[in-house]
Amino acid sequence: MCITCGCGTDEAHIVKDDHGHNHPEHHHHGHNHSHSHGNDHPHVQDRLLHLEKDVLHENALLAERNRGYFDAKQIFAINLVSSPGSGKTMLLERTLNDLKEDFSFYVIEGDQQTSLDADRIKATGTKAIQINTGKGCHLDAHMVLHAVQQLKPEENSVLFIENVGNLVCPSMFDLGENQRVVIMSVTEGDDKPIKYPDMFHTSCACIINKTDLLPYVPFDMDKAVENAKKVNPKLQIFQVSCTTGDGMDNWYHWLKEQVQRLQSA
Amino acid sequence: MHELSIVLHIIDIAENEAQKAGAATISEIELAIGKLSTIEPAAFDFAWKQGVKNSMLEQAGRITNYIDGKGRCNLCETEFLMETLHQPCPECGEFFSEILEGKELQIKSLRIEEKIKN
Repeated sequence: MCITCGCGTDEAHIVKDDHGHNHPEHHHHGHNHSHSHGNDHPHVQDRLLHLEKDVLHENALLAERNRGYFDAKQIFAINLVSSPGSGKTMLLERTLNDLKEDFSFYVIEGDQQTSLDADRIKATGTKAIQINTGKGCHLDAHMVLHAVQQLKPEENSVLFIENVGNLVCPSMFDLGENQRVVIMSVTEGDDKPIKYPDMFHTSCACIINKTDLLPYVPFDMDKAVENAKKVNPKLQIFQVSCTTGDGMDNWYHWLKEQVQRLQSA
Repeated sequence: MHELSIVLHIIDIAENEAQKAGAATISEIELAIGKLSTIEPAAFDFAWKQGVKNSMLEQAGRITNYIDGKGRCNLCETEFLMETLHQPCPECGEFFSEILEGKELQIKSLRIEEKIKN
């Protein structure tokens, strides 16, 4: 059992650096479902326990704990979510390179397997840590708590948490982030926001990536924006191409504004 | 599928609470799941069957109440049945609404059998 938070039910582990193979730093064992049966022939009485308990309350508590840590150190934490292949990692690479004079960046990478993404991020000179969720389809606040303990982001920094590529499950799990940003790309179809509404509903900004491919795909940008605004009228939308750099300035401007707002509060 | 992970969270909470209460067995669990909570009932049923094996919930009956989504328009304040997150207000047609009900994911109660020693 983990002494920090009393955890003992997760299969995720953080990938250690500089090894050819992964050591499960924080490998949790499965539930122990065994329970003892009385052998002293007791009478049995029926009782109803009124719990009214949120199933995800433990995640919510740990998310608040992360949020408190980020607040205290004025770290701006962004949870980046999308389906696989929308260009999250490339968006990060470009952002980290273009803004390295402006911010001190840290990255937590979430994938089911491999540390390929963390390796790409480290190649930009940014401190990064990889979480492998195994069969898990999302990051949760508990995994992020332990990743942050190892990553040790400094005060006034910007922390990107790249979630597992999945537009459904990660929407339920608060990580303690300041903002959730959803990425979609023009190769995916303009109906994504209404097919997977929860993720667009819980995000504050949406990046529509790969705009350089617009001449080659049947993607209606106006329709996509309309669909996204139906699900979440407050959503900020950025149309970008991480390949050509088109539209990236608007995203950078928003990011700088958000960080400034947090750090001047 | 996150449904299995949700089932495992439910088992953890239920076993923990039942053991705290000194229960020998859990005979019934009652859940409230909002229809806007991203839980897919068929996937949830499937995950439940697999997930509860060898747990205190293996033999327990399950009552699952699916709660309808309810929204309130932020402009004209009309309350309406919300089946999707991109449903316009039936009065003014705006999409700017607040979710009042339908996001629940709760364990309402557990029926346990306690040991009483003579």
